[in-house]
Amino acid sequence: MALTNADVARLADLARIEVTNDELTVLAGQLDVILDAVAAVSQVASADVAPTSHALALTNVFRDDVVEPSLTPREALAMAPAVEDERFRVPRILEEEA
Amino acid sequence: MNVDAVMDYDEVMAAYEPVIGLEVHVELNTASKMFCSCSTSFGAEPNSQTCPVCLGLPGALPVVNAAAVASAIRIGLALNCSIATWCRFARKNYFYPDMTKNFQTSQYDEPICFDGHVEVELDDMVFTVPIERAHMEEDAGKSLHVGGATGRIQGADHSLLDYNRAGVPLIEIVTKPVTGCGAKAPEIARAYVGFLRDMMRALGVSDVRMEQGSLRCDANVSLRPHGVTTLGTRTETKNVNSLRSVERALRYEICRQGAILASGGKVKQETRHWHEDGEYTSAGRSKEQAEDYRYFPEPDLVPVAPSPEWVAELATTIPPSPTARRAQLRQQWGFSAAEMRDVVAGEALDLIEATVEVGCDPQAARKWWMTELTRRANALGVSLDQVGVTPAQVGEVQALIDEGVINDKVARHVLGLVQAGDGSPRRIVADHGLAVVNDQSQLQAAVDQALAENPDVAESVRAGKVQAAGVLIGAVMRQMKGQVDAQTVRRLIEATLTD
Amino acid sequence: MTDLTRSSAAQLAQWIATGQVSSVEVVQAHFDRIAQVDQAIHAFLSLDYDRAMATAARVDAKRATGEVLGPLAGVPVAVKDAFTYEGLPTTCGSKMLEGWMPPYTSTVVRRLIDADMVILGKTNMDEFAMGSSTENSYFGPTHNPWALDRIPGGSGGGSSAALAAFEAPLTIGSDTGGSIRQPAAVTGTVGVKPTYGGCSRYGLVATASSLDQPGPCARTVMDAAMLHEVICGYDPRDSTSVNAPVPPVVAGARRADITGMRVGVVKELGGPGYAPAVERRFAQAVDVLTGLGADVVEVSCPHFQYALPAYYLIMPSEVSSNLARFDAMRYGLRVGDDGKNSAEQVMRLSRGSGFGAEVKRRIILGTYALSSGYYDAYYGSAQKVRTLITEDFTAGFESVDVMISPSTPTTAFRLGERVDDPMAMYQADLATIPSNLAGNTAASFPIGLSDEDGLPVGLQVMAPPMCDDRLYQVGAAFEAAMEGSWGGPLLNQIKETAR
Repeated sequence: MALTNADVARLADLARIEVTNDELTVLAGQLDVILDAVAAVSQVASADVAPTSHALALTNVFRDDVVEPSLTPREALAMAPAVEDERFRVPRILEEEA
Repeated sequence: MNVDAVMDYDEVMAAYEPVIGLEVHVELNTASKMFCSCSTSFGAEPNSQTCPVCLGLPGALPVVNAAAVASAIRIGLALNCSIATWCRFARKNYFYPDMTKNFQTSQYDEPICFDGHVEVELDDMVFTVPIERAHMEEDAGKSLHVGGATGRIQGADHSLLDYNRAGVPLIEIVTKPVTGCGAKAPEIARAYVGFLRDMMRALGVSDVRMEQGSLRCDANVSLRPHGVTTLGTRTETKNVNSLRSVERALRYEICRQGAILASGGKVKQETRHWHEDGEYTSAGRSKEQAEDYRYFPEPDLVPVAPSPEWVAELATTIPPSPTARRAQLRQQWGFSAAEMRDVVAGEALDLIEATVEVGCDPQAARKWWMTELTRRANALGVSLDQVGVTPAQVGEVQALIDEGVINDKVARHVLGLVQAGDGSPRRIVADHGLAVVNDQSQLQAAVDQALAENPDVAESVRAGKVQAAGVLIGAVMRQMKGQVDAQTVRRLIEATLTD
Repeated sequence: MTDLTRSSAAQLAQWIATGQVSSVEVVQAHFDRIAQVDQAIHAFLSLDYDRAMATAARVDAKRATGEVLGPLAGVPVAVKDAFTYEGLPTTCGSKMLEGWMPPYTSTVVRRLIDADMVILGKTNMDEFAMGSSTENSYFGPTHNPWALDRIPGGSGGGSSAALAAFEAPLTIGSDTGGSIRQPAAVTGTVGVKPTYGGCSRYGLVATASSLDQPGPCARTVMDAAMLHEVICGYDPRDSTSVNAPVPPVVAGARRADITGMRVGVVKELGGPGYAPAVERRFAQAVDVLTGLGADVVEVSCPHFQYALPAYYLIMPSEVSSNLARFDAMRYGLRVGDDGKNSAEQVMRLSRGSGFGAEVKRRIILGTYALSSGYYDAYYGSAQKVRTLITEDFTAGFESVDVMISPSTPTTAFRLGERVDDPMAMYQADLATIPSNLAGNTAASFPIGLSDEDGLPVGLQVMAPPMCDDRLYQVGAAFEAAMEGSWGGPLLNQIKETAR
């Protein structure tokens, strides 16, 4: 298992993190070491073992369909980097998504 | 602007079979959002219906709305789906500014409803549309693009985000590939979406207003040469937000793909956008590789495991399917197949049903909605349910006719006044003095005058030429300004002449 | 007058309740102490002097009117900077959230307020709780009061150091892989990770949702138990909250008797990787427990060797998703918004600049582990290991009441020693991680100093889910047994290095 700088760059892109070339090189090396170590999980993860996603076996935790007061627009927008017309102002969006 | 070559539809059909698939998002009409207690009401002040949960603030946690789960199960039952005995929510990870957490809480490989089918009617034929799944998820916020042309994302300078819609419960209903539709594929797609809309309305789980986005449709289509059993490359067309667009967008895509295939090209698997104004699709951003959503089970929510008892209880609340309901109503009302088809196409079914419910004769109700009121709605350019006259008012007008208080002609006039907001039909008849004149002396005088002015006609009627009475009736009606029942006039004329 | 900052929380509460000292005096004494030593320790990221003094005065006034107050009323407490509290910033030790003022208060803090406790301020931590040394805090590391050139543990090093430096008698931590227990071990304090679901995560900024658990930190076992009862219990805002009474932890601490208790030494949590001095001290602790009447046996948990690998797949995966919300759109750091850059570029630049190296490393690792093609091999396999570890615990708890191990493989290492070697840093959580993966409860109690470096060593006690009281029973029995030879709490042996 060896991650190339290009692999790491692709992952950083998926994760929306700007990384420098120097960072890429360091990360690729470190991730290789970590991935080598964690690969051990496959030794015991046989097909007959059920995966656990939640530590506790709770099911059906619901709330009633009741409206409670929301934040005021002022509270909602208080920490926004930029606001316009009671809305969060963000830079132009490049791509249309799902 | 459309730049793609298209092929004649019939020519495409001669060479290829279309396979369609539809993904429909239904916004539920629960009072509160999917995972928090903010209101879902439409049209509120921007960012006035948000909280730490739907704003995705650090530390906030989701809690599932029980009513949304109940709606999901009811929808699944109505679509003849199996209901999962145990299923989880999953996170669909991708970055987009309208998503506050940059993951959508959805369901992945464990949908709450799966393997169903529905039967939709088209031209007296019934098609079975297989349903792959219906799952629960949350809606995203709304972006407003500023600085570009006509609010489009392209060329915008910046965008403004309102998260009132973020977290509103959605049910995504996905068909399996629908094969065997032939040339009718676009119409079947339209009928299917119409079916879903009617079914959701009957279930009472959604407002299903396509124009407000509470029912949204993505339409997939691929072509394959006749006789080939593997599926061709499909495109997914988004932004198909009216029944008419469903049909037209698919028809367009079929013609576009046909042109590509016929010229030896390959259809590119991509997302396309439907342009309602120009009636064409255009390619979305082309992606170098398939989007990697990195789904994994949502750790903040525990599994949903509907008990058989709960599902059984919900099953008792499922209304008949629109198809079954139409058949049943048609029989009850004594409509012909053609009459029923027109009623359905004219969006008058619910209105007629409501009119019949207040005691109106079904044929009379059909007549009012399909003629006079459809005419008025068309004139205003609004849908029939927005015409400004309620089923109860139509029923009242018909009751006035049945009571002999007004006639058809006056009734049409009264409906116009109801539409203008003058009040209830009875009130209008009273206020405007529109009631049929029952004053015998006034009516007798009018009859006598008509007989005197038309002695020849009177004579031929007396001689047994009953049809000729029409002239006399017309004269009396004119004299009485229409406020009289024609049958009453006829009887009075006959009585006077045989005296 | 005794030094109020050296007193236990239980003692302070009693004095305040009986009017021997006022809450105002107690709180002021702690702020004075903070002013005196925190420049050297750097346990705090923010202080809330005015509000704390007002709260203290209010508690004193309530007491004066004879109102019956909660068992910790008027006692100061400090909160890890991962919990939201309106009026103070919540930074999680990150540049990304520098100055972020949350518009809501976490359940844990709400419970502290409702119990009339006095919040001094927020404590330092590794960025977004990722780390074992607090060296990943954007605001600079915290120093271990036992030796300022040593790490105080992490991620909750601020909370443990504040206790050890007598800046607060009680603190709140959160434990994802050992972030309460490992700092407790290396600072000679008590730290408890309740059963997963025992303490609400609402308002705790998530690191790895399926592993995170808030918990109490204190200098004595009884103090921790009292704080445990204040903060734990069912919360409908957290879907993973257990709807059951809080285990009787104060009663457990009071009982302090382990005669006949079956104690299992986990074979796999020792040996290679564990410092001999730590193992020697641990062996002596085992002898003490035997001397107290416990029935000590060895238990084997064969899959624990896979805990660290599984953890370093599950945790980064959840981290990659949980931290996606920090995208510079709605709150937090925004970099590069120059009118030309797109939202996507601004996200990249902001996240590149706002996150530290360890956070980026884990996000990218998690992104990889969840990506299609690798999911089954990495995330999927890790979840299976989680099952196997839970089964090891279940099997073990069939024959013993609690399991024990050293809390950490080594004593506090030197600041800077492991910053460039992630795997070495990760080893610090070798013993603590299994309980996060399985969700059972576990604690670290001080058992003495290393005969090599004179630094504290911790005993980890693990108990089945919702048997948190057993931890306190063991901890209190051990504490009572040692107090004679230690001359009071172990912390009394600390040299006053922090002046």
